[in-house]
Amino acid sequence: MAADVLCIRNLRVESTTGAVLVDDIDLTLARGEVLGLIGESGAGKSTVGLAALTFGRPGCRIVAGQILIHGQDALTLSARDRRQLRGVRVAYIAQSAAAAFNPAMTLLDQICEGPIRHGLMSRHEARARAIETFRVLELPDPEHFGERYPHQVSGGQLQRAMTAMALSCRPDVLVLDEPTTALDVTTQIEVLAHLKELIALQGTAALYISHDLALVAQIADRILVLRHGKAVESGPARQLLEAPRTDYARALVAERSVASVQSRLPPDTGSEPLLVVDNISVRFGSHEAVRAARFAVGRGETVAVVGESGSGKTTLAMAICGKVGLHGGRVRFQGADLAAGYAGRSREELRRIQLIFQLPEMALNPRQTVARIVARPVEFYFGLRGAAARDRALELLEAVGLDGSLAQRLPGQLSGGQRQRVCIARALAARPDLIICDEVTAALDPLVAEEILKLLQRLQQQLALSFLFITHDLVTVRRIAHRVLVMLRGEIVASGESGEVFASNHPYVERLVAATPEPRIGWLDEVLHERSLIQSPHP
Amino acid sequence: MKRLLLERAGWGLLTLVAISALLFAATNLLPGDVAEALLGQQATPEALHNIRAALGLDQPAWLRYLHWLGGAVHGDFGTSLASGRPVAAQLLPRLGNTLLLAFLAAMISVPLAVGLGVLSAIREGSVLDRLVSVLSLVTISVPEFFVGYILVAVFAVQLGWLPSIALITGGMSFAQRLGAIALPVATLVIVVLAHMLRMTRASLLAVMSAPFIEMAFLKGLSRSTVVVRHALPNAAAPIVAVVALNLGYLIVGVVVIEAVFVYPGAGQLMVDAVSKRDLPLVQACGLVFAATYVVLNTLADMLVIYTNPRLRHAR
Amino acid sequence: MTSGRPPALTLGAVAAVSLIVLAVLLAPWIAPYAEQDFTGGVWEPISAAHWLGTDNLGRDLFTRLVYGGRNTIGVAIVTTAVAVFLGGALGLTAANAGGWIDNVMSRCIDVLLSVPVLISALMVLSVLGSSVPVLMGTIGVLEAARVYVVARSVARNVAVQDFVAVARLRGEGPIWVVFREILPNVLPPLMAETGLRFCFILLFIASLGFLGLGIQPPAADWGSMVRENAQAIYFARYAPLYPAAAIAMLTLGINLSVDWLLGHSNGR
Repeated sequence: MAADVLCIRNLRVESTTGAVLVDDIDLTLARGEVLGLIGESGAGKSTVGLAALTFGRPGCRIVAGQILIHGQDALTLSARDRRQLRGVRVAYIAQSAAAAFNPAMTLLDQICEGPIRHGLMSRHEARARAIETFRVLELPDPEHFGERYPHQVSGGQLQRAMTAMALSCRPDVLVLDEPTTALDVTTQIEVLAHLKELIALQGTAALYISHDLALVAQIADRILVLRHGKAVESGPARQLLEAPRTDYARALVAERSVASVQSRLPPDTGSEPLLVVDNISVRFGSHEAVRAARFAVGRGETVAVVGESGSGKTTLAMAICGKVGLHGGRVRFQGADLAAGYAGRSREELRRIQLIFQLPEMALNPRQTVARIVARPVEFYFGLRGAAARDRALELLEAVGLDGSLAQRLPGQLSGGQRQRVCIARALAARPDLIICDEVTAALDPLVAEEILKLLQRLQQQLALSFLFITHDLVTVRRIAHRVLVMLRGEIVASGESGEVFASNHPYVERLVAATPEPRIGWLDEVLHERSLIQSPHP
Repeated sequence: MKRLLLERAGWGLLTLVAISALLFAATNLLPGDVAEALLGQQATPEALHNIRAALGLDQPAWLRYLHWLGGAVHGDFGTSLASGRPVAAQLLPRLGNTLLLAFLAAMISVPLAVGLGVLSAIREGSVLDRLVSVLSLVTISVPEFFVGYILVAVFAVQLGWLPSIALITGGMSFAQRLGAIALPVATLVIVVLAHMLRMTRASLLAVMSAPFIEMAFLKGLSRSTVVVRHALPNAAAPIVAVVALNLGYLIVGVVVIEAVFVYPGAGQLMVDAVSKRDLPLVQACGLVFAATYVVLNTLADMLVIYTNPRLRHAR
Repeated sequence: MTSGRPPALTLGAVAAVSLIVLAVLLAPWIAPYAEQDFTGGVWEPISAAHWLGTDNLGRDLFTRLVYGGRNTIGVAIVTTAVAVFLGGALGLTAANAGGWIDNVMSRCIDVLLSVPVLISALMVLSVLGSSVPVLMGTIGVLEAARVYVVARSVARNVAVQDFVAVARLRGEGPIWVVFREILPNVLPPLMAETGLRFCFILLFIASLGFLGLGIQPPAADWGSMVRENAQAIYFARYAPLYPAAAIAMLTLGINLSVDWLLGHSNGR
């Protein structure tokens, strides 16, 4: 259509080894329209986003298709002309602002570089425009902000500076590649609001890439769902959320919606709590990472610890399992005091508390087979050897839903979800009473994460396990936790049953709950309206 | 940043002192009696005693060290065992010759290395780049004397353009001097160039794989603009470190080259001194070489600190 | 970089290295004469009796070459073994221990590294003389410092990974952690480093021989052979170039092989 700013047809991108990254992708963007590109990792979203700039990462080539920018196929242009398009007609906003800026140049130099080099503005004009954009983005001291170096400004400010850089040449299309993924939930809202405002103001079309459907629904007019490099479903945002046509899209929507979660029955914990954390505090130098933390975990119970980055939740977990020392207070397990450091604990004490980490590729020794990894705790704690240990390892693999044929593989040959299951099997091998899960689903795709959570719940019912579940994601908490602790800057600010806590009046908890995106059209506008940040754009 | 600079300079000074002590210890405290080694197995106890007194070997080690260090700071390195003349008098003119060689080689090789390294990185994967890569790998794999003798075989023996021995006498004109040392300088240049080139290219390519470089491309900048304006300023620190490292390497490579071309430099002097077990001379030469190396590395580290944008413009 | 058949250059390199090593190992069987025999005139050209001509004292160059290879390479191998085991063990210990142990060790090694290898070696040789054990010990220790830096750096990167923490939190003792968790991940880069170290050490021993301070005559040694026959160049006889070329081929071959191996394994 004539009004289309960007039109991609039959796009096919392959790697240099011949693997197909994306195939047969069609999409159109009209002026001022926002298209959300949804998919799990490896779906090809970034590849499509970069292709809109006719750019392929090293090892990738665009082999077929058309990329029509204002009706002209960019792929038929010379390399020089294609360079003229990048940053000028189509601009890119990366996921991490810290990675996008040159540490040796001032912010202003880098922001003005585009328009100056492309011959669009004089230095004076570019500078004036940059300062004006700083003002709109509410950056401190707009006149002099650009004279700073990237390391001298905060993460949120750098993110906004990146937005200014992308808008410097007044592009027609913005490609936003997961711009809020690395941010805390409460910061996410602000950035999202700014982006929405800017896009409306400048009339730019935007391609918003993310794996978070609920978030994208707040800003996108239409949504395209990708899976394994192919388009699965596309349509207006409202239709996708309320009446998805394909199973995959349906599953994505269901994963994020809290309404579909059954409320959890409180477990039969018995009289004696399993773990008692009594007024502990942890210090690193002069910085107090955890202060006066006090709570208990019962048998068969899941207690979630929620907080944003810097809240101390991971430090709390490390203190309980003995990886960091205590500055004060004590930890009691099954009635007996535990030594502060793991070196002072007995083998039995260490056996009963197990830990699962966030990144499975770092938690598994790349030179040991799966069987070896899972069998070791069995050998170490129970003295089983040889065939007996191997059989037990296979049992454990089965219990976590892995096929025995994977036993002789190395971790590098497994997928992220499979690796995390191996980590769970390893933890189970010790027959623990308590498993501490440190953001175990944060690095996984939403649907894979959901499967892992179901597995953990099943295991809890079968084996009466207790979980201390560290996370930043409230939806996960509602799904699996009996009780919740909310942490802010090292202190527990709210605790109790999930339902109670989320309805709490504590200002931070309220903000946290409000900032969690729901897969509903207009949710963002509601939140902002309540905060009176912007006027609702709808009449 | 000032604090870091001072710290580094201080550490450099400390290292110098530590090395002087180590060098002294190496030559004076290791088993193998110097007096016996000098006079041979047949020496009489009286002769041994006399030699020991003359060398001051009857004093405690730390005292001897302080005497020696004190003298060294004033330019007095003691007396050569082989010739009986003061060490400094022998060392100084030779040192001048070596420095001339090293200086010329550095002047030529540094700009060439950095220039070619940058060019290679800009045209990564091109014919030029691959040629440069292979040639430099070959050059660093072969011994320096091989390169030297090849040059002699081609330019001195076959073509007869240049002398095969770098004989410098007092009465030579400057032009004659240059002609005499052309081959040794060329050999040194080739050897050091290869090392520096590889490291410069590697540093630059490492910077090129940083994420902000991709962002620069996505802004539509050309490859040469990205390399020169974005990569190079960030590669400045590692390249400076590379150059300093290689200048230090130059000091050492000079020793072998001087032997190939029979050049009257400090390197030859040290080698002769070692084979004659002339300890005061060995100590002096060792100290001078080591000190130059340490000073160069310290300066390089300080330059790296000074040019680091995070340290120059603190929060 | 795609894995698969290595390029022709690498294959050639591996072939050259194997040829040299084989020739050197079989020296007693393939050398036409004994190591020290005087069998001809000075600097005779290539002939049927002397496949590479004779040297400055009338000995068969080919014989001297293969026996020289034995000596030079043999000393280099032992020295490399000393350097890698000593440096590797110390580096692993420092990385695993951390804290003040690591600090003290690294500072000491730093001082040792502040002096170029040649200078330190010359200092020691001037006192202890150039016997083979002294050579192997001195160079071994000096090069161990360089291996230490690499081993420690690699081990530290491995030691901070979560799977090491898992083992420690399980209650595994330090020996188990070092040998079963850290070491298997440290070995591949350490092997590459061994190859490179061997090249440096070989070149260094040859250079010392060239300066007259390495393996002493009348034993054959590639470095001192170059020194002995250097004068021949001026008479357009290329006797010194044969041992020099042999050193060059071996080192180049190993460098090319290691280069390819590094690129190949990283691409996995």
